[in-house]
Amino acid sequence: MTLRNNTALALVAGGLFGLQGAAVSAADLEFYFPVGVNAPAVETIQALTDEWAAANPQHNVKAVYAGNYEETTTKALTAAAAGDPPQVAVLLAIDIFTLIEEGAVLPISDIADSPEEQEWLAGFYDGFMNDTKFDGKIYSVPFQRSTPVFYYNKDAFREAGLDPEAPPKTWAEMIEMGKTLTKRDANGNVTQWGTRIPTLGLGGAWLFGGLVVSKGDVLSTETGTEARINTPATIASLEFLQQLSAEGVMAPGGISWGDTPKAFLEGQTASMWTSTGNLAFVNENATFDWGVGFLPGGDGPGAPVGGGNFYIFSNTTPEEQEAALDFIKFMTSADAAARWSIATGYVAPRPDTWETPVMKEYAERLPQALVALDQLPHAEREFATFQRAKVTQYLVEAIEGVVTGSKSAADAVTEAQEKADAVLKDYR
Amino acid sequence: MNKRLPLGLGFVLLVLPCSLLVAFTHYPAIKALVNSLWNNSSSFRPSRFVGLENYRALLEDDRLAQVLTNSTIYAICTVPLAIGLSIGMALLVNSKLPGTWLMRLSFFMPTMLPLVAVANIWLFFYAPGIGLASQILSAFGLPSINFLGRTDTSLVSMMVVAIWKEAGLFMIFYLAALQSIPANLKDAARLEGAGSVRVFFDVVLPLLRPTTIFVAVNALINAFRLVDHIIVMTRGGPNNSSALLLYYVYEVTFGHRDFAYGATLTVLMVVILGILAAFQFWVLNRKAHYQ
Repeated sequence: MTLRNNTALALVAGGLFGLQGAAVSAADLEFYFPVGVNAPAVETIQALTDEWAAANPQHNVKAVYAGNYEETTTKALTAAAAGDPPQVAVLLAIDIFTLIEEGAVLPISDIADSPEEQEWLAGFYDGFMNDTKFDGKIYSVPFQRSTPVFYYNKDAFREAGLDPEAPPKTWAEMIEMGKTLTKRDANGNVTQWGTRIPTLGLGGAWLFGGLVVSKGDVLSTETGTEARINTPATIASLEFLQQLSAEGVMAPGGISWGDTPKAFLEGQTASMWTSTGNLAFVNENATFDWGVGFLPGGDGPGAPVGGGNFYIFSNTTPEEQEAALDFIKFMTSADAAARWSIATGYVAPRPDTWETPVMKEYAERLPQALVALDQLPHAEREFATFQRAKVTQYLVEAIEGVVTGSKSAADAVTEAQEKADAVLKDYR
Repeated sequence: MNKRLPLGLGFVLLVLPCSLLVAFTHYPAIKALVNSLWNNSSSFRPSRFVGLENYRALLEDDRLAQVLTNSTIYAICTVPLAIGLSIGMALLVNSKLPGTWLMRLSFFMPTMLPLVAVANIWLFFYAPGIGLASQILSAFGLPSINFLGRTDTSLVSMMVVAIWKEAGLFMIFYLAALQSIPANLKDAARLEGAGSVRVFFDVVLPLLRPTTIFVAVNALINAFRLVDHIIVMTRGGPNNSSALLLYYVYEVTFGHRDFAYGATLTVLMVVILGILAAFQFWVLNRKAHYQ
């Protein structure tokens, strides 16, 4: 089917663009992408895809919006299992082990084998390349990458008598400042919380990784076979979350990822911990003076990197792989990445993007955008192992169990660690 | 007139429905049963026959125990409440009150919306601090409740959504049934001195029985079948407090990509639904008589 289309397309393209000659082989690309932020992401992706298609008329590309990250991974893997994979997709960086285990993706460092291409691969920030490697090969190319940052309402800081240019840097400061920022009405009900750290689901697990990093540890390593859920750092991090609600700084119970930006914009919370991917959304909708800082840390600054990378799928022709690589190069080129970054708030993954005039002008207009970049050296890989979805679920259950008060921190991490080890022992 | 269908034509007519039934019901069920006896394959190791090992995992799965408890509570609560509410609504819109058309429309509205849309609407209702529920509570000076973020309220919140969504549809069935009850039966009862409560319980309700059984069967099936709102609103959380069986099957199969265990859970689900269906048909045959 694909082969026949290719031939037909090659004939048409060859007829129309005879000048391009026989050396350029046509490919029919299907490109799956997810949307994980409140931003006009689909329009921007479509526009960029159309531009690449216009510049490469011998190729054909179809951008398919496939839902959120999880749905996109499921769809791509299901299509791959059925023998009809997308040629290229943006999927979570942390899905690398799952994709490799299913034999669904190819090492991009094998496809990008010329010296220029190797140089291009080396031109991404190290912080974003850490989680693209397995067994010495690079499997993905950073695209929509982010780290969480601390958003705060400067007006609320002023009202509470705090310096609006000095957001909290440590957990202790977070609790102290948070107490001053929390406001109650005549009935004693809270109308404005001090802060808001999403603790539910995968978003909660992602942010939790940042807490652990700031205590000098990591949740997982590059082997994909090690989960470090039961450590002093994780227990301290869980206790920090408990303390936040015990001291009345943060709402008790689980806090959802999705409601968080809205709660911040509505003034329900004076600060929030969420992805830089929400920068554009907050910038457009905030009716108050707001700032961005590093995530307050336990022993020092710390954050997880997150987001999605380009993968090239196996079971594709060499022509398709070359075309996919060319497409990826275009999407991560300075101009395209600048537009993508400005439209969404994702951190442009290459230094050259930040040198473009349009990006410099953006950084001047919205200096908050630079915070995530400055925080990058303190960021570590997001929790990722083989059987990621299952093992992450154990971590999620531990965090949710603690914040909802059903488990103690020590019990929760012990239980999660046992379950994770039981799954991962097969891979060691 | 009653001309016998030629055997060949009968066979041809049966091919399509039978092949659909086999392709989408019987084959997947049997395939799930077969898959549940094997473990997962990956590019590192092939799938191998493990016998009943997946079923042993089923017994040791404390998450499954929680999910089954949740599903049972969910079914036991949503079915009678949805039935009670829909009878109440049907009586209301069947009455001679002014504006019944508006009531009919608004009661039926939730049924017309897709469950995913309903879930997104309720997500905003429940949002602590900013949602409608919180605003109502704060109007009475009460603290806002983090409905979806607490283990003791998340499942109840899901039930409310399901009941709100389903009662409108069941109301239509009850409305049709109510309108088919001959007025002379009620008049006769009133002549004998029965009050309206007595008329309802001794005349109307028994005549609604076939509808009630039909609705109960559907509500019970839906209690297992509909999990869209769970996926949108809580993803089973926090700490599995709102996870239902079908959601768990979905998560294990497509989220964890653990197809073997997913197949095992599917077999469990088919067995549970089979038992429920058998029980319901038995009740239907005994208790319901259609004119």
